[in-house]
Amino acid sequence: MFVTAVAAIIVTMSLALLRATLGPTVFDRILALNVFGTKTVLLIAVMGFLTGRPDFLDLALLYALLNFIGVIAVLRFSKYGHFADPELGR
Amino acid sequence: MIQAIDILVLALLACTAVSVVRMRSLWAAVMLTGIYSFLGAGWMLVLDAPDVAFTEASVGAGIATILMLSTLALTSTEMKRPAASPVFPLLIVGVTGAALCYGTLDMPHFGDPNSPIHQHVAPEYLKDAVPTVHQKELKVGIGNIVTTVLASYRGYDTLGETVVIFTAGLGVLLLLQGPRKAGGSDGREEGAP
Repeated sequence: MFVTAVAAIIVTMSLALLRATLGPTVFDRILALNVFGTKTVLLIAVMGFLTGRPDFLDLALLYALLNFIGVIAVLRFSKYGHFADPELGR
Repeated sequence: MIQAIDILVLALLACTAVSVVRMRSLWAAVMLTGIYSFLGAGWMLVLDAPDVAFTEASVGAGIATILMLSTLALTSTEMKRPAASPVFPLLIVGVTGAALCYGTLDMPHFGDPNSPIHQHVAPEYLKDAVPTVHQKELKVGIGNIVTTVLASYRGYDTLGETVVIFTAGLGVLLLLQGPRKAGGSDGREEGAP
């Protein structure tokens, strides 16, 4: 069961990679990055149960947080063109 | 089974690297390097190196992506076509890679407990760092093996690494600040009430 899950996750990872490579717009690529981060979290979790040592689940949680903050930073950058506070830029 | 997963993840890593190199849009290249870092971190976790994996994820996918994007704000987002032909550099890289692959044939198997790296100083470190029934008093007195090796046996090494990383971070931050505007110190006070 876990093996099937790992195979499915790797297939999804390749599709996300394809989208990041081909993606015509910026948002396709940001979405691909986000999907890829989520798949990494899932891969870590499933690998933990596949090898019988789910000790690194908290690491997967940290990856999820990191992915979330990273995507917010990238989206904000794509909107404003810089990381400074937009209220101060006016 | 784990080996098949290793091969698949490494194949994805190679695909990502090739598409980063071939990508003309630098924005897309930054996104792909983020993907590369996530993949690398996942693969290191498969290899049982969670500390390295976490560093790779936080530095590679987190900070490096943001720093690259800040750099893109200062430069253009399209890569110029290189004028020179890439055949000769490709040849050099191919030969070097083949030599490195040939060199790995002599290396001990991954995780082999009898390999020289696990027989040289590691047993002594383990003996001095872990409290046992016979030896309550430790030579170093820290109690955690990784901390003992990093902070005591390799203390100067770690200090040097930290200084190098601090200097590099300082340099990057100074570069990303951009050209200083004439007049106001950084232009922010002007808009403040």
